Amino acid sequence: MELRKPPPVRRLTGNEGYTPRAEVAPPPPEIVAHSAGSNGNGHRPSSAFAAPSSRAMRDTVVAIDRMQVEDLSVSYGNRPAVKSVSLPIRQGEVLALIGPSGCGKTTLLRSLNRLTELTRGASASGRITLDGVDIATLEPTALRRRVTMVFQQPNPFPMSVFDNVAYVLREQASRRPRRAVVRGAVRDALARAGLLDEVADNLDHPALRLSGGQQQRLCIARALAADPEVLLLDEPCSALDPQSTRLIEELIIKIREDVAVVIVTHNLQQAYRIADYVAFMYLGELVEYGGAHKTFGSPREQRTREYVSGAFG
Amino acid sequence: MDEDIFLEPDRELGFLERDRGLSQDQRAELGLGALVFVVVALLVAMLAFVLHEAWPSFAHNGIGWFGGGGSVDQQIQAIFTSGDLKTAPVYTFHAWPLIWSTILITIGAVAIAFVASLFIAVFMVEFAPPWLRRILEPVVRLLASVPSVIYGLAGVLVLVPFIGNHLITQGEKASVTPTIQLSGSSLLAAVLILTVMIAPIMIAVFADGLRAVPRGWLEGSLALGINRWRTFWKVGVRTARPVFVAGTVLATARALGEAVMVSMVSGGVGFAPNPVDGLIFFFEPSRPLAATIIANTEELNSPPMKHTLYAIAAVLLFSSAMLSVIGWAAKQPMRRYGVVP
Amino acid sequence: MSTVPTAAVPKRSESNASWRLSDRIGLGLAWLLGLLFCAIAAAIVVYFLVEGIRYLRPNLLVTNPAPGLSEGQTGGFLDPLLGTVIVGVMAMAIAVPVGVGIAVWLSEFGRPTGLARLAESAVEMLAGEPSVVLALFGTILFTVRELGFLIQTSHGIVLGQSFFAAAAMLSLVGLPMVVASTREGLQAIPSHVREASYAVGKTKIATTRRVLLPAARPSMITGTMLGLGRVIGDTAIVLLLLGGTLTFGSANSTPLLGMLRGTGDTLTGYIYYNAPTGDGNQPSKAYAAAFVLMLMVLALNLGVDFVVRRSQRAVRWS
Repeated sequence: MELRKPPPVRRLTGNEGYTPRAEVAPPPPEIVAHSAGSNGNGHRPSSAFAAPSSRAMRDTVVAIDRMQVEDLSVSYGNRPAVKSVSLPIRQGEVLALIGPSGCGKTTLLRSLNRLTELTRGASASGRITLDGVDIATLEPTALRRRVTMVFQQPNPFPMSVFDNVAYVLREQASRRPRRAVVRGAVRDALARAGLLDEVADNLDHPALRLSGGQQQRLCIARALAADPEVLLLDEPCSALDPQSTRLIEELIIKIREDVAVVIVTHNLQQAYRIADYVAFMYLGELVEYGGAHKTFGSPREQRTREYVSGAFG
Repeated sequence: MDEDIFLEPDRELGFLERDRGLSQDQRAELGLGALVFVVVALLVAMLAFVLHEAWPSFAHNGIGWFGGGGSVDQQIQAIFTSGDLKTAPVYTFHAWPLIWSTILITIGAVAIAFVASLFIAVFMVEFAPPWLRRILEPVVRLLASVPSVIYGLAGVLVLVPFIGNHLITQGEKASVTPTIQLSGSSLLAAVLILTVMIAPIMIAVFADGLRAVPRGWLEGSLALGINRWRTFWKVGVRTARPVFVAGTVLATARALGEAVMVSMVSGGVGFAPNPVDGLIFFFEPSRPLAATIIANTEELNSPPMKHTLYAIAAVLLFSSAMLSVIGWAAKQPMRRYGVVP
Repeated sequence: MSTVPTAAVPKRSESNASWRLSDRIGLGLAWLLGLLFCAIAAAIVVYFLVEGIRYLRPNLLVTNPAPGLSEGQTGGFLDPLLGTVIVGVMAMAIAVPVGVGIAVWLSEFGRPTGLARLAESAVEMLAGEPSVVLALFGTILFTVRELGFLIQTSHGIVLGQSFFAAAAMLSLVGLPMVVASTREGLQAIPSHVREASYAVGKTKIATTRRVLLPAARPSMITGTMLGLGRVIGDTAIVLLLLGGTLTFGSANSTPLLGMLRGTGDTLTGYIYYNAPTGDGNQPSKAYAAAFVLMLMVLALNLGVDFVVRRSQRAVRWS
């Protein structure tokens, strides 16, 4: 069968200084480097909403290992959902999990912050580490502050915009932070999510009255307010219109400098647009993992080739 | 041309349709609407009747009806005996002791039941182990439907003797002997039994509301690293706030109108419990408004008595109507943040 | 792939454990109160079970009460038992058709909106109304001469106490439950079902009768049972409007009608009478009657559970 390239997609605009992907070779998986000039946590301070990095920075390719999935298998009762998957997750990159429905990509995503434990009958084997520490040894609540998640359906709480973002800050700390601190952090998070301009004049607006795209960006702001190391996105744009989708994709590309991003998507074009690395899953197995450009352009596996060219969905 | 075709019906119209142009639906609407109207009219008439019968008592006493002054029991006696048409009817009635008793018992029971029901409902919906939940839910529903007279029976046979014999000391009894008798039928007994009676109702309503909280919100909060208790409390309980208001209002109305059970355990004396009395305060007998009606039903054929009792009923009617309005009004601000009651 | 040595990436500084002290106290309180509630509920149920079994003898169920001074003489509670059943059936026989009619009107028609809103508020207020007030109102209503056919008269004066009177007022007690449940059941039916029916030319009323009400039947049954539960548990109306006679005080008329026009008693009135605070003061009889009454309530509750569970398995709207 003739290999068909994915239909050409308009490149995202508006990112001055952003080097189009084609001009930069994707990093071979072995090369990693520290980013210099960051705070002790190994990523940029969130208050500095830096403009997209300079061309020089981009060329050096900064990617820090954050999480490592080692031989993970997850089953619900007798039904295996994920079979022996191993992946790295790095800050500075967007990892897209793609595959047809039921292939286990959402289960894999939810294992990363131990949400699978909430489902009765779920069992897992293998290891996932965060900064070298097995996440099974961490307290789930602590883990979920460092690895936050945005869901498919926007689910802002029935409070004002401000309270939605502040909720995370207030409830995570063991002592209620001062209001000035909270206010600054809320504005930061909203700015990082690209929502601040639209809601700045009335932060007390009820969150449920925002449009779908704004609500989802609010959920992203909320997830970022926790200052996480990894951000998980479960098909965040599938319920949104193209305009909102575009905004969120731009946002994802901007924040990947500070946060490792893992996104599950069934939209191949979206994966092509924003991913640096792609993991194709089929029936619970990791069929192929590699640089986005390469996987879409010249996939190694036959099944990948078929999926990417639309032979099955 | 072609339009002419539609001017002629293609079949004969039925009787009503031809003469009055009423379709089957319109007839049904009229019929049912009339039914609704009749029922509503009946209820309005009930309201009007009660107020009409109550008026003489209010008219004679003015605002003092609600105030204090004199022994309520003596006043009731006087009212009753004056109804024999030989003497001029006496209407003097100062209901404050009864009102105070109602307030104390109702608010006491609702306050305790609210706190307990909130935690129990949260426990039942979220934190109880599944086997315990399967037991609790039917038990709550069953207790909510137990007739009040059975609670009263348990109160009279178990709680009242217990309080009378074990909680009240002889010294305390002696100290109040001239005025009242501390026999165990008391404020404490009434509040406790009433709490146990309205708690299942509140728990059932609260639990329904908590279960209706969208799982997406709870999961979203958990995924942000907030622990289970805080998640449920801050998101679940907050979302279900209108339900808490509704449940509390419902329970308060029930507590207010509970006549039979309370009359069995509260002491049957028109005495106003005095907080200044210290510990004895809880053991003092009293009689709330609804129980007063029950206690004097045999005397309905005495006109002044009838008017007085209707006046009490009017106060109860008005209070429960007010509670309904408060419940409705409290739900309005909730709509703003998208929490639809 | 090589990874960064962990020492070079220090852990982020966490404030503390994720459970604050207030959280632990809250959870502890929830557990404590939950278990306490279980204990109290168990105590109540066990208490009545034990005492009821102790005092309940089968002959109590079939003997008529009789005035007497000692336990052996006062007989059983057959009449009050029958009274409860009669009053329950009569009250719901009025409440169900009226309630369903109101619910259908509110849900499917509902114009003029003024009347609809008034009706909704009226039914809601009725739900919260103390039954003593309804009872008092009944005493006015049923002393009106024109209603004498419903009530036993004595020398031309309408006495105002009979089964009809009590049942009429009790139907108001059960009415809100029926209306609320039926409305919920009707509103749960998705609109595409109605549209499908209208699209084939059926009128609204035919749709309601043939399609909607059968589908809402579980809710109607639940509402009826809940209303019935409230009716048989009511004491105030019974005390005022039924006369509290130990046996049926039938009026002079055809047997059935005479009984219904006459006075009587129900289990709740009987319990009240025989409690230590009542005139009869025979706690043993009160326990037995309470046990029987609780069994009836339990049976109703189980019935509701059964209906709900069956309906959940049956209908699935696509």
